[in-house]
Amino acid sequence: MKKIFKCEVDCAVCAQKIQDAVAALDGVEEVSVNFMTQKLTLTAPDDRFDAVLDAAVKKAKQIEPDFALLR
Amino acid sequence: MTNKQKKTRARILAALALLAAALVWDRAAAPGVWVRLALYAAPYLVVGYDVVGRAWVNLRHAQAFDESLLMTVATVAAFAIGEYPEAAAVMLFYQIGELFQGVAVGRARASIGAMLEIAPETARVETEDGEEEVEPDEVPVGSVIVVRAGERVALDGTVLSGESWLDTSALTGEAAPRRVAAGDAIYSGCVNGEGTLRVRTTRAYEDSTVARVLDLVENASEKKARLEQFITRFARVYTPAVTVAAALLALVPPLVLGQGFGGWIRRACVFLIVSCPCALVISVPLGFFGGIGAASRIGVLVKGGNFLEAIADCGVMVFDKTGTLTRGTFSVTGTFPADGVDERTLLCAAAHAEASASHPIARSIVDAYGGAPDRARVTDVSELAGCGICARWDGEELLAGNERLMARRGVAYTPCRESGTVVYVARGGTYLGCLVVADTLKDGAAEAIRDLKAAGVKRTVLLSGDRADAARAAGDALGIDEVHAELLPADKVARLEELLARGERTAFVGDGINDAPSLMRADVGVAMGSLGSDAAIEAADIVLMDDDVRKLAATVRLGRRTMRIVRENVVFALAVKFAVLLLGALGCATMWLAVFADVGVTVLAVLNAMRCLRDRTA
Repeated sequence: MKKIFKCEVDCAVCAQKIQDAVAALDGVEEVSVNFMTQKLTLTAPDDRFDAVLDAAVKKAKQIEPDFALLR
Repeated sequence: MTNKQKKTRARILAALALLAAALVWDRAAAPGVWVRLALYAAPYLVVGYDVVGRAWVNLRHAQAFDESLLMTVATVAAFAIGEYPEAAAVMLFYQIGELFQGVAVGRARASIGAMLEIAPETARVETEDGEEEVEPDEVPVGSVIVVRAGERVALDGTVLSGESWLDTSALTGEAAPRRVAAGDAIYSGCVNGEGTLRVRTTRAYEDSTVARVLDLVENASEKKARLEQFITRFARVYTPAVTVAAALLALVPPLVLGQGFGGWIRRACVFLIVSCPCALVISVPLGFFGGIGAASRIGVLVKGGNFLEAIADCGVMVFDKTGTLTRGTFSVTGTFPADGVDERTLLCAAAHAEASASHPIARSIVDAYGGAPDRARVTDVSELAGCGICARWDGEELLAGNERLMARRGVAYTPCRESGTVVYVARGGTYLGCLVVADTLKDGAAEAIRDLKAAGVKRTVLLSGDRADAARAAGDALGIDEVHAELLPADKVARLEELLARGERTAFVGDGINDAPSLMRADVGVAMGSLGSDAAIEAADIVLMDDDVRKLAATVRLGRRTMRIVRENVVFALAVKFAVLLLGALGCATMWLAVFADVGVTVLAVLNAMRCLRDRTA
């Protein structure tokens, strides 16, 4: 399943770092953090989607405390 | 400005006041070391506590080389060597720069967003008890929606009743309004000009034109241009490398040469401040985003920065003929009456012969006649397969067809060598003349080719499935360099591959209906969008929403301009950074200069990138 979320990310480098780190997480098939449109696109298996999303947000906040996902 | 930014601004102003007070006190009273430290630490902490905090968090998670960490290390080191005013000022300027950058990027995003504000907010659905306003994505296919004057059409559909004109400029960039009446298809995103329209929806919101266009443009920045990929990779290496260089600079010369640490640590601080990659990383995608935004404003959808890059240095442009350079509809392009017959008589006879036929050639002949043929006068119509039509008109035999028909009925005709389909007409055994029916060139097609040449496209090629003479005639009329005719779709791909093998960047321009393979094979595929043609939007990299080939040259120019601005940014940012690094290593650069090299350059690069968006001349 692929879902697009609005997110808050403060700088282009941060977005890139978050994307790299989240991509390495277990269960993440594809992820992109778009600084220009402030959007996070996540592809993960249907049955674990919410768990993977939570893990991704946790990781992102670890890297950038200012990161926020709006759902 | 967001709330966060307003808060930062307040902190910056407070810190500025504190720093000014500290400088005055320092100068006037010459206080002791601890008082001085406290004086300068106050503005430093007011403006930079969050940076220090973030640096600490990053350090604990072993996220080295983060911007806040670099800044913190540099300023703390400056405090350590007794450069109090500089330490506070560097942090202050860093935050000012960050704020500027945030605001500029926010503005850029907002202005691109505003352009894309074609998304309808609600749809007015007709129900048994009146009208109901609902979210567009809740309207099932087949519902009836009501669109009042001035409202945006929320969903694609067919007009049931009402008559109006539509402003399609949001989708096509074209100001000319389009008239619609019952039975016409209309597309979401257009604005209803005057009357109230009742529309039966034919698509759900997520499949509607407006949703697809939005999706496309928003996702365009995912497809990165080579330059952008290069910068991302470069930033990954640059920051660690400069940081390591800073560490060496702080430690090696004092240990080897036995000089004091102070001066060298200062130089290392300059390195740390300059090592932030933000100016590069932000200005490149922002430039492409602006370019894509500017293109969408003229009705050209570009699906990614990489395609803008590709069309910018496209040397060869290959065109499909029918539907791309020609209208794809037939019309009478020549009338050749026999001696002693006037043109009107010829057209009148031909129109009566073709009156009851429905194929495109017959329609074009009736259209050329202008009036309505009197069908009651025509009897015994029979179509002779592969030859034409035979009928009786006021009792006399009427023939309209090709040479074979004339020869078979023994009519003495004059063969016509014009390109196109030739229809010979005879009445009562007497030859009246012939009509030439052909696909006509689009308005501005020749101009488009000329424009492309002027914009720097070296070679234009026409690939057509049509007969050689028709293709050649079109090619000559348009000024195309190379014409290949009588090609099947597979042949087109083969020809295209030959052209690609010559090594020039090659674009293919087609109507998107039967050239999907060519669109995909070319370096960049440009399709005619024909407002709502799914196949075209799917297969192509760039879509001309209103099928106007003249927009191609504008797109090429826009691509070039975007590339130029983005390159300017990269060169400018790198040049300033390396210059300051060099000066810093030699001990000539102050930390003030270093802060400019970081945030000042970022702000300038962002402002420069915004020019991509502002371009309206292309």
